[in-house]
Amino acid sequence: MRMGQDLLVTLHGDLDDRTVESIEQNVTSEVARTRARGTLIDVSGLDVVDSFVAQVLARLVRMIRLLGAEAAIVGIRPAVAITLVELGISMPDVTTALNAEQGMARLRRMRADGMRIDHDNHC
Amino acid sequence: MTITADNPPAELLAVTTVTIGAESDLLRVRSTMRAYARQAGLGLTATTKVVTAGSELARNILRYATGGQGVATVQEAASGQKTGVQAVFADRGPGIADLEQAMRSGFSTAGGLGLGLPGSRRLVDEFAIDSAPGLGTRVTICQWNR
Repeated sequence: MRMGQDLLVTLHGDLDDRTVESIEQNVTSEVARTRARGTLIDVSGLDVVDSFVAQVLARLVRMIRLLGAEAAIVGIRPAVAITLVELGISMPDVTTALNAEQGMARLRRMRADGMRIDHDNHC
Repeated sequence: MTITADNPPAELLAVTTVTIGAESDLLRVRSTMRAYARQAGLGLTATTKVVTAGSELARNILRYATGGQGVATVQEAASGQKTGVQAVFADRGPGIADLEQAMRSGFSTAGGLGLGLPGSRRLVDEFAIDSAPGLGTRVTICQWNR
């Protein structure tokens, strides 16, 4: 779903590995095609995020950043967060937020900070 | 002929076997385990943990077992007042030469994250692993409702 300059990607259901990888490719192409400046990946509909899915999500965030856009994972369920930490996955370099609304605010803040830095560099 | 049983089974415990041989079988393992966990009265966090552990172990079979073939046996568990879900993941793959090393976080022979076995152990109440080179690997996990 497109929201102005941003993309909102909602994942739900039980995803098999191939589906997760095709989502990764589709979202990356869509970010490039729409020239989105920010992407939110909403995982509140996922009951289970195992190490494979977590790895692909973290990779997707890195790819979107390489395209020059910001990305955040939002809506990780509390039970999923507990499970991921105990599993040994903390995703330290991935921006996360409680829900889409807070994620959107965070993306805007990151963009504002980015612009300030650009401006400083030019001076 | 007389058959005597010291512990006559008070009730039959339900069992479901899921053969693992393709990626789509991970979904069947997860949904089966979720159903048994719900039946056993496990809370949301305990359920999420055991289903995730099952997903990691089933993926281990796809990745490491010969031809990616194995079997997951999911069943009800009962002990005193407790109820739970038990799952056994068995394959006839190459086995694990050094179990101690395989149980250490960050060790992987296949370029994975090396979290599957040690991570799964942290997620469940009971974890047992049995492996012999050339014969296969068998991992048993159990999660209780209390």
